Amino acid sequence: MSILLDATTRLVVQGMTGSQGSFHTRLMREAGTRVVAGVTPGRAGASVAGLEDVPVFNTVAEATQETGANAACIFVPAAFAADAILEGVAAGLDVIVCLTEGIPVLDMLRVMPRVRASGSHLIGPNCPGITTPADGVKVGVMPWAVHSPGHAGVVSRSGTLTYEVVQHLTDLGAGQTTTVGIGGDPIIGTRFIDVLSMFEADPETHGVVLLGEIGGDDEERAATYIQERMTKPVTSFIAGKTAPPERRMGHAGAIVSGTSGSATAKESALRAAGVLVGETPEHAARLLVDRLR
Amino acid sequence: MKVHECDAREIFRRHGLPVPDWRVASTADDAAQAASAFEWPVVIKAQVLAGGRGKAGGVKLADSPAEAAAAATQILGLNIGSEPVRRVLVAPAVDIARELYLGVVIDRTAQSLVLMASAEGGVDIEEVAATNPSAILRVNVDPVVGLPDWEARQLGFALGLTGAQVRQFVGIAQGLVEAFVDVDASLAEVNPLVVDDAGDLQAIDAKLNIDDNALGRQPDIEQLRDPHEESEAERRARAAGLSYIKLDGTIGCMVNGAGLAMATMDVIKHYGGEPANFLDVGGGAGVEKITTAFELILEDPNVRAVLVNIFAGITRADDVAAGVIAARERLTQEVPLVVRVAGTREAEALELLDCAGIGAERSMDSAAALVVEAAR
Repeated sequence: MSILLDATTRLVVQGMTGSQGSFHTRLMREAGTRVVAGVTPGRAGASVAGLEDVPVFNTVAEATQETGANAACIFVPAAFAADAILEGVAAGLDVIVCLTEGIPVLDMLRVMPRVRASGSHLIGPNCPGITTPADGVKVGVMPWAVHSPGHAGVVSRSGTLTYEVVQHLTDLGAGQTTTVGIGGDPIIGTRFIDVLSMFEADPETHGVVLLGEIGGDDEERAATYIQERMTKPVTSFIAGKTAPPERRMGHAGAIVSGTSGSATAKESALRAAGVLVGETPEHAARLLVDRLR
Repeated sequence: MKVHECDAREIFRRHGLPVPDWRVASTADDAAQAASAFEWPVVIKAQVLAGGRGKAGGVKLADSPAEAAAAATQILGLNIGSEPVRRVLVAPAVDIARELYLGVVIDRTAQSLVLMASAEGGVDIEEVAATNPSAILRVNVDPVVGLPDWEARQLGFALGLTGAQVRQFVGIAQGLVEAFVDVDASLAEVNPLVVDDAGDLQAIDAKLNIDDNALGRQPDIEQLRDPHEESEAERRARAAGLSYIKLDGTIGCMVNGAGLAMATMDVIKHYGGEPANFLDVGGGAGVEKITTAFELILEDPNVRAVLVNIFAGITRADDVAAGVIAARERLTQEVPLVVRVAGTREAEALELLDCAGIGAERSMDSAAALVVEAAR
């Protein structure tokens, strides 16, 4: 089993006719994802090179009605991405993965009450997506080749750091149930605790690697959750120990403000909750593999 | 992006905040002349983006044109943070009966705005938060609904305001929230919000930071950018689509993705080195971008070795390898280079690098250990 996505996932790609959208839709299909529709307003009926058999619709509602899509992947520029999320929510999709980087924070604040009131899981924005290796489902831009099926769950605020750790897990013989990139923005749809609770409930997942970074207090909240509710082992790496304060480190959400959001504070909160914290990403992967033996 | 006090005052005033008049001057003579337009005494304040300017001697009172000129001369000669003072703000000094704090920020946990108010204004609010957190009152605000009258009123009463002051406070709090939403701020702050001798509220300071992601739809605010806020290198990086922050170490880093870039710095430190910079080349890094990245890294005289760490997902590793090879040919400087590539089109990348005589590491740990050795 896996979380969020499985063999029943039928994907609609919002923004499939763009260059990034079409390139990554082809890669998602190569991984095994069932891409059933594309949506680009005003481009209904368009044919996309290499994706001629995927129908393009004007609206997500039409795409859902015609193809039975139940999940969306959003490749839409930042200025229109919040609207694309609302459209997916209105269509009643189970999972909406928004990869877009650079969405204004106020747009996300306006969108989130609607998302929270709906039955949709929003992943991201500013995230690499989700993979479930055993089912051959990838929604996002992760390099598929690093994945392998198994019993480790991975949840991360960063894209490339996730690939790094997934590669190590695979090299060490520990495959993954699901990997989830929750995104590097300050306001995101699904947070560490949400994903941890799904992994805790998933019988196939035996342990979790949590990849955090400076900024906010989601890691601290995750630590409390792990201590109070989790029975499965969790290991972690927190990026940004060497980051200077008050500087935004690439991700909009990665900033140490005053005394809050430092890597050290996050590490000690996690350690206090029984989480094994690695010195390097590879170390965090090793620690989990050792615990799962 | 940070906005200067004088510009933030203008924006706050547009949203109905009672901000006393002010002038801006860049020489002592101009400051003295500006001061003469007001009643004495006046306050002269450094216009810098760094915090802590009061403690740094950047705020002074003056009782005459001569004193104003002298104070301005002193302040204009200061460096606050690492920032030279280029302009001062001159305003009539207010007789202060009480100092309050009022600010709006993003509440990441509640996923809303939060209005914070405190009766302990005029001091560093971070310090109040650390030593006496119950002294800060918090109200979550939905940006779509705005701040309701009753909630603003309740906050005003809780701060110990009475009668007409509460009515003034409601307008100020609502105005600050409106200003925040209007300009896509990430922080809007009045510290202190004072009660003057006559019992009226006045906003005598203004602090405003803007959400960088929203600058594209805030052209008027983009105009207010202080070109000195970022270094020349940081400005060039931003123009090239790179995220670059200079640090004090000796190992230059070029990485794709913010999380991996931070992790790379941490792993360098773990192996006993010191990173010279944070540099995220982002997705889809071509030859031009990588050349610019190399230039930025090598312009730093402290750099003794460079680590390129790419885990390709959305990026293609062979594109990066081609970029590294081309960039190296264009560069005149010889510096030890350690390259690690993995992910999408890794085999092709390794072959390209091998043909160009550049050895490549497969793991981040071994690459970091090697570059630390090379920088010794």
